[in-house]
Amino acid sequence: MELLADAIAILSRWDVIAALLVGSVGGVIIGAIPGVGPAVAIAILLPATFSMDPIVGLTVLLGIYGSSMYGGAIPAILINTPGTAVNALTTYEGFPMTLRGEARRALSLAYSASFFGGVFSVICLILLAPVLARIAPMFGSREIFLAALLGIILVIVAHRGQTLIAAMLACLGIFINTIGLEPVKYTKRYTFDQAWLSGGIDLIVVVLGLFAISQAFFLLNGEDEKIRLARIRGGLFQGFRELARHPRVAAISGSFGVMMGMIPGVGEFTAQFMSYTVAQRTSKNPHTFGHGSSEGLIASEASNNAVPGAAMIPLLALGIPGEALTAMMLSVFYVHNVVPGPGLFQFQMDFIMALYLALLILNVLVLAFLLVSTNQLVKLVKIPNRFLGVCILTLSFVGVYSLRNSATDCAIAAGFGVVGFILRRLNWPIVPIILGMVLGGIMEVKLRAAMSRVKEPFDFIERPVAFILFVIIVLVLASHIRRVWQESKSRKEKTWSTKRASTSFVGALSRRRNFLLKARGRKVRASRSMLSPLSTDKS
Amino acid sequence: MPWALAFVVLSLLLLVLIGQQTQWVAKTKLYAQPRFWPAVALVGMAAFAALHLWRLHRRRSTAEDWREARTWLRPFEFALWFMAYVWAVPIVGFLPASLIFAPALSWRMGYRGPRMLWTAAAFGAAVVVVFKSLLAVKIPGGLVYELLPGALRSFFIVNL
Repeated sequence: MELLADAIAILSRWDVIAALLVGSVGGVIIGAIPGVGPAVAIAILLPATFSMDPIVGLTVLLGIYGSSMYGGAIPAILINTPGTAVNALTTYEGFPMTLRGEARRALSLAYSASFFGGVFSVICLILLAPVLARIAPMFGSREIFLAALLGIILVIVAHRGQTLIAAMLACLGIFINTIGLEPVKYTKRYTFDQAWLSGGIDLIVVVLGLFAISQAFFLLNGEDEKIRLARIRGGLFQGFRELARHPRVAAISGSFGVMMGMIPGVGEFTAQFMSYTVAQRTSKNPHTFGHGSSEGLIASEASNNAVPGAAMIPLLALGIPGEALTAMMLSVFYVHNVVPGPGLFQFQMDFIMALYLALLILNVLVLAFLLVSTNQLVKLVKIPNRFLGVCILTLSFVGVYSLRNSATDCAIAAGFGVVGFILRRLNWPIVPIILGMVLGGIMEVKLRAAMSRVKEPFDFIERPVAFILFVIIVLVLASHIRRVWQESKSRKEKTWSTKRASTSFVGALSRRRNFLLKARGRKVRASRSMLSPLSTDKS
Repeated sequence: MPWALAFVVLSLLLLVLIGQQTQWVAKTKLYAQPRFWPAVALVGMAAFAALHLWRLHRRRSTAEDWREARTWLRPFEFALWFMAYVWAVPIVGFLPASLIFAPALSWRMGYRGPRMLWTAAAFGAAVVVVFKSLLAVKIPGGLVYELLPGALRSFFIVNL
C-alpha cells in the first residue's frame, strides 16, 4: 500500500501529468497517420526527452508506444491501410465491416479490445511485480549475457525466411557498436585515424537514420494516394457490450500479448498471429474470419495492445530491450545514469510501480480522447504522403542536430537514411541492426565481467538461471535447425515431383559437361569463321 | 544479389584490416581483448552473408533490376536537401532555415498551391516553437542573429 502511495506521489507531479497527456494524445495522432508510426516518433523525440526527468521522458515515450496502436486502427478499419505495422491484421476484419457500412461498430470494437488488452497487461504486470522482484536478483553478469544472447538469437530466428539476412544485419549492428574508443583498454577500433569516428557512432544517430530519415526518403519517393473516407455517425460505446460477449477471445489474446511481449525479439506480430489463429480455430463461426469477424478484430487489437506493457519487463528487470522501441527507451535510462536491471526492481520499486500506473492511466486517457475525437482524427489520414515526408525530414533534423550540434552526426544519419531506404526497398529488416548495436554492447560488457570469475567453461552455466537460459538457447537453435532442414527437405521433394530432368549429382555433372562442350564448340566455330571467312561474306 | 555480394566483400575487407584497426593487448585474455568483439561481428557478417549469397538463385539481371538500382540513387537528392538545411541552421538561424526549408522541399515535391506552401511554412515555424522555445532542445542561434539589436538578439538566440 505504501508502494502504491509512493507511486501515486510520483505521478501527481504536473510535468508527469503533462507527459501523460502529450504521450497519449500524440501517440494516437501519430498512429492515425499511416507512414509515421511510433518508431519514427520516438526516434525524433528521444533527444528532447534527455533534458527531462527519467519518469517524465519515459512516460512520453511509453505513451506514444502504447497509444499509437489505438490510433493505428482508424486507417486500418476505414481505408484498409494499417496506421502502424502491427495493425495489419485489423485490416482483415475491420475494412470488410466498413464496406458493410459498420465502420462505427468496427472502430468501437477495436477501441474496446485495445483498452482491454492494455489494461489486462498492466494488471498482469502489477501481479507479476513481486515475482520479478524475487527473480531479478538471481541475474548476474553471466545470466544477463546469456539473456542478451538469447534475445539476439530470438530476433534473428523470428525473421522467418530471412534468418540469414537478419543474422548478417545483427552482426553489422554489433560491429557498428564496436567502432570508436574501446572503454576498458582505451584503444581505437576501426576509426581509420578519423577524429569523428573516435567517439563511436551514436545509437540515436543510427536509429534516426534508419527509422525516421529512411521513412522520409521512402515517402518522398512515393506517390500521394487519393482517399475516400466513410463518415462515422453515432456513439462509440457499443463495442464494450460486444466485447463482453467474447470474454474468452479477449482473455486469450491479452494473455498471448503479455507472454509474447515478455520474450525479447518476439513482440506484437507473433502475439497477433497466434491469438488470431487460436481465435479462428476455436470460434463457432471460423468462416467469418477475413470477412469482418468481430472475434478476429478483438483478437488482433487486444493482443497487440497487451504487448507494450509486457515489453517493459525485460527492459526494466534485466536491462535487455526486446525490440527497437524499448531499445530506444534504454538510452533514456543511460542518459540519466539510471541502470535498468535487477537493482531497479530491488531498490526502486516505486519507480516501476509509477510506470505501470502511468500505463494504466494512459489507456483510460487514450480511450476518452478517442471517444470524443474520432471524427476529427479521421481527417489526418488525408495528409499527402510526400508532404508527410517533408515533415518527417524537418523533424529528423531536430532529433539528430540537438544531440551534439554536429553536422557530422547529421551526415552519418543521412547515410544511414539512404541505407535504410535501400533495406526497405529490398524488404530486409532494420530492427536486427539496432538490436545488434544495443545487445552487442551489453554482451561485451557482461561477458568480460562474467569471465573474470569463471575458471572452467562449465562454471559459466553452473548457476540455475544461467543453466536454464543455456538450455533455452540450445533448444531454440535446435528447433530452428530442424525447421530449416524440414523446409529444405520439402523443397527438394517438391523439385523432384515437378522437375523432369534428373536432380542427382551425376545428372548435374553431365548437364554441366554438355553445356561446356556446347559453349566451347560455339567459341571454336566462331574463331574459325573469323580466321577463314566464307568467300560469299562481304568484307 | 549485389547487396549480398557487397556485404561479403565489405566484411572480408574489414576483417583483413583487423590487425591494423584494432590492437592485441599483452597479458589480457581473449574475451577481454579489444579485438575480440569486432572479430566476432565481422566473422558473423562474412559467414552469414556468404551463406545468403550461396543460397540465392542465380539469374541474369533484367531491365527491372536496373530500374530498381536507379531508385536506390533517388534518396541522395533528399539527403543533399537535408544536409543543406543542416548547414544553413547555424548561419541563418533555426527559424528562418525552417521557414525556407519546409516550403522549398514541398515546392520540389510538386505542391505548388499557396495552401500547401503556407501549411509547410506554418509547420516549420511550429517545429521551432515546440522544440526550441518550449522544450528548449539544444540548437544554437544563427550567425545572422548577431546583427540584431540588444534584447531582440538574445531573445532570438534563446528561443528561435
